[in-house]
Amino acid sequence: MDILSLFIIVPILTVVALVFSKTLERSRVIAMIGSIIQAAMAINLVFAYLKERAVNDDIMVFTKDVVWFKNFNIHYNIGVDGISVALLALTAIVVLAGVFISWKMKELPKEFFISLIVLSLGVYGVFISIDLFTLFVFFEIAVIPMYLLIGIWGSGPREYSAMKLTLMLMGASAILLVGILGIYFNSNADGGPLTFNILDIAQVNIPIAAQKLFFPLVFVGFAVISALFPFHTWSPDGHASAPTAVSMLHAGVLMKLGGYGVFRVAMYLLPAGALHWSWFFIILAAFGVVYGAFAAIKQTDLKYINAYASVSHLGLVLFALLTLNKIAWNGAMIQSLSHGLLTALFFALIGMIYGRTHTRDVAKLGGMMKILPFIGAIYVITGLAYLGLPGFSGFVAEMNIFVGAFQQPDMFNRILTIIVVSSIVVTAVYILRLVGKVMMGPLLINEVTDLPKATWYEKTGLLLLMIPVIAIGVVPFWLSDIIMKSLEPFIQGVL
Amino acid sequence: MDISYIILVPFIPLAVFILLGLFNQKIKPAVSGYIGVLGLLVSSSLSFYAAYQYFFVSGKMDGVYQTFIEKAVWMKFTETLQIDMGILVDPISVMMLVVVSVVSLMVHIYSRGYMKGDDGYTRFFSFLSLFTFSMYGLVLATNLFQIYIFWELVGVSSFLLIGYYYTKPSAVAAAKKAFIVTRFADFGFLVGILIVGFTTGTFDFETLNAVSPEGGSLLLNWASTSFMGLSVITWALILIFMGGAGKSAMLPFHIWLPDAMEGPTPVSALIHAATMVVAGVFLVARLFPMFYFVEDGFALNIVAYVGAISSLFAAIIAITQNDIKRVLAFSTMSQLGYMMLALGVSGYEGHEGLGYMASMFHLFTHAMFKALLFLGAGSVIHAVHSNYLKDMGGLRKYMPITNITFLIASLAIAGVPPFAGFWSKDEILVAAFENNILIYCSSVFVAGLTAFYMFRIYFGIFWSKEKAYDHAPKESPLSMTFPLLFLALLSIVVGFIPFSEFVTSDKIGFEAHLNYPLAAIATTVGLIGIVLAWAFYKKENSLSDKYANAFGALYRWAYDKFYFDEIYLFITKNIIFKWISAPFAKFDRKYVDGTMVGIGNKTVWTSEKIKGLQSGRVQDYAFSFIAGAVVLALVFIYLWTN
Repeated sequence: MDILSLFIIVPILTVVALVFSKTLERSRVIAMIGSIIQAAMAINLVFAYLKERAVNDDIMVFTKDVVWFKNFNIHYNIGVDGISVALLALTAIVVLAGVFISWKMKELPKEFFISLIVLSLGVYGVFISIDLFTLFVFFEIAVIPMYLLIGIWGSGPREYSAMKLTLMLMGASAILLVGILGIYFNSNADGGPLTFNILDIAQVNIPIAAQKLFFPLVFVGFAVISALFPFHTWSPDGHASAPTAVSMLHAGVLMKLGGYGVFRVAMYLLPAGALHWSWFFIILAAFGVVYGAFAAIKQTDLKYINAYASVSHLGLVLFALLTLNKIAWNGAMIQSLSHGLLTALFFALIGMIYGRTHTRDVAKLGGMMKILPFIGAIYVITGLAYLGLPGFSGFVAEMNIFVGAFQQPDMFNRILTIIVVSSIVVTAVYILRLVGKVMMGPLLINEVTDLPKATWYEKTGLLLLMIPVIAIGVVPFWLSDIIMKSLEPFIQGVL
Repeated sequence: MDISYIILVPFIPLAVFILLGLFNQKIKPAVSGYIGVLGLLVSSSLSFYAAYQYFFVSGKMDGVYQTFIEKAVWMKFTETLQIDMGILVDPISVMMLVVVSVVSLMVHIYSRGYMKGDDGYTRFFSFLSLFTFSMYGLVLATNLFQIYIFWELVGVSSFLLIGYYYTKPSAVAAAKKAFIVTRFADFGFLVGILIVGFTTGTFDFETLNAVSPEGGSLLLNWASTSFMGLSVITWALILIFMGGAGKSAMLPFHIWLPDAMEGPTPVSALIHAATMVVAGVFLVARLFPMFYFVEDGFALNIVAYVGAISSLFAAIIAITQNDIKRVLAFSTMSQLGYMMLALGVSGYEGHEGLGYMASMFHLFTHAMFKALLFLGAGSVIHAVHSNYLKDMGGLRKYMPITNITFLIASLAIAGVPPFAGFWSKDEILVAAFENNILIYCSSVFVAGLTAFYMFRIYFGIFWSKEKAYDHAPKESPLSMTFPLLFLALLSIVVGFIPFSEFVTSDKIGFEAHLNYPLAAIATTVGLIGIVLAWAFYKKENSLSDKYANAFGALYRWAYDKFYFDEIYLFITKNIIFKWISAPFAKFDRKYVDGTMVGIGNKTVWTSEKIKGLQSGRVQDYAFSFIAGAVVLALVFIYLWTN
């Protein structure tokens, strides 16, 4: 069995094992073992990739090609480059942490863990696919469990939120499908057969008119899941209603599919379209960055704050991609990872606070540091990392994005960049407001004076996420090298 | 010169921080205090050794102090544009190493007494170590990005230490304010860095500062692109100075510094008096050739005026404040203004560069006596449990050591010979006199004000009328008085260091002479200030109230700090929160989300309306079928006939 297909097989086997488990104890152990294996595979993949990359100069390595549906030339065609390897590792870490955080899931644990693992399967699939159609199928597999996870295990107006989220993402998928088919039917422009293979299509000169027509469809189709303004409103409601692990996976991993898709499909296959449209979408993205940050200041629900913060920080990813600059792209990829880890941390922490105090209202919380020192400390560190403090991943990502975006010498890009840079101030405002209110200040939680301390599984989950944040922040050149090398063929295609 | 061992200087405090941070709960308070002091003792020894080596043994070549650099790539953007991490050893960085080491070591020792019995003792020492690490990193930085990185790290250490008493709402608010205000200034700093990076293709100080007085260097070529009448490099320098003004509490970014006094007093001494707040001055000094040569020093003029105005502004406010730490905070701001204006009026070569030398000299002496003042104030606060002048008086009987050391520091800052402040302030006044008479006059006036407000609090605390204390105040323990005595000794002797031999803008030593007429003027003004303070405050009397009333509105204005806080509050609360944030949040829910929900609802509504078509009655379907067939037939006939 090849190293990549295991990322599909292992989740399937885990799901099968889960189907036969009876109790909470057994389900969570199975889910834990399954996700530990995945994480081990991901780490192994990173090293295997580095070794392979040293001798192999192809764009994608570990490729495998099986014809899946002959009439339309659809293949199960897989392979990875540095970017997908990094994102796979992120996914594995977040899934594992998510399982630890859901250790005490009481309601229908078996079904919960099954949905969680299926979701991760879809995400892995997207990251390893080279075939557009396969990629789309995995994309849908990742989105569907979300409906169940929020609708069944959620809180508050969960049916409403689940419905809103699913309908908006499905609407985007419909647009995306049109775009993908548009690419497919133009993939014979140079005389070859119609194909879904991304690498092959990239060599084809798709007519400019078609590129201009389909780029917005593919871009918006993917960007909705990255909460592009104004299509982001599913995210606050969705996050607020979702159970902890689901918020983590959703913000941490699923929303990354958007930026990844924009980069891998929209930018790479439709470069002329990207050049034609970038001015428009970059305004939306830059506006989203500032808009999300300002909107976050005024929220009172912890999860809403983070949902809007995600609009802002993922806006930064889209912004960076649209600057069409290599350094900024590097920053976009690091930002994807960084935001994934940090948001997962935030949602995990919010889950722990909510589980103990039964409230997410900022006004009702205060001075938690005193009674929850471990959770409090991690919360403060996460907050500081989120606002781009050097030494953590967020800083590395932001600086790459800013420096890259600033390399475009025209006034239009300059002004947008400066507007986007100003978000570091606004981010500091809402993060410090949050930290200052919830963690510091006088104790104020429904007259409670003592709460259960963090348990071993909670600590494990948090540390799993925190370690890579610090690692990327302290030694960025390692990750940066892997990503930069993989960006090379793409940037040549686009520029 | 071998400089590799200097790398250890920042890393030892970092190791202490990690150790104390990770095992916060497990380490006994007493032990953590020792670990902190010991770690810093090693770092300080290395710094002193480095200073000795650099200044007296192997730093000089042909009469010019050399720059030694050791660095490694940390993040690569393009082939040339990259962020390095490393250490840069030149006169000002070595001088700063000494300043940071001395003050930080004294503050560490002092804190063992001051923080005794506090819940967060270990946390306190770990944050102190984090700060010291960041500050060492800042002064040793080799490029703009590295300095920015450590700039942010000292900012966050400051945040953590101001908010050290985190259950106190005022401390939390002050910590937030400090971080956000400086962050706003850093936004300018960062944009400035980006501009420099783009236009010059490098962040390295070494390359950026390679400007020769003859012109024609690379930097001046870059300076030719202009934007709104100024070259882009000048814009970049102004933006970079904005960052410096934020950290050094210059107008209009000074509002965080008085509030930062919410932190424990040793922190105020270390961070908000001696080290972090001089980072802005250090930044301008670090980029001095750029500031001086680009567009004939346009940006440098701004530095001079901002410094002079801040200095005067803060000194006026300091007279009216009743919280002794706030008086000292405004005093710090005023002295930082001195350093800035000295840089601003400075030339480049030889005696022309007197301002630069004076600024660094004053930075050095000010660090000693201001740290001493803060630690002395801490000792007083420790004894009477209040920050307010009204709760103090007659303490000289109870606290002899604090009294005498505070007096020495006050004399030093007031510029009375032969104390340290006299020498450095004199050089600043000479530099100002030779270049800008307006700034000179304002500086002399500030010197008088300084003497007055310092002796106002000195007499208020140690003389005046004895207050009814709950229990008799007593002198602080040795751990606290030792740093006081040590710093007092330094406040006397450091003025005699021939600074112009060591730290100059062109790195070539020159001989500076005392300018007797100017020194006499300055000293006289200072003595007048002291005498006035003596008349007003030595004994409790109504003279001060009378004069306060006589000045009426001006006094009120100064007492309320010229309403800067209110202006900022108005901008943040009323403009940003009320007119930007709240409408955004509302707009999002009501219109953006409303549209999406509306689309959903319309879909449901449409299907409600048309679901009647599927009625299940055969006659309805038959009718539709026939009607459809008729319409189609008509269409076809129509098409056919045309």
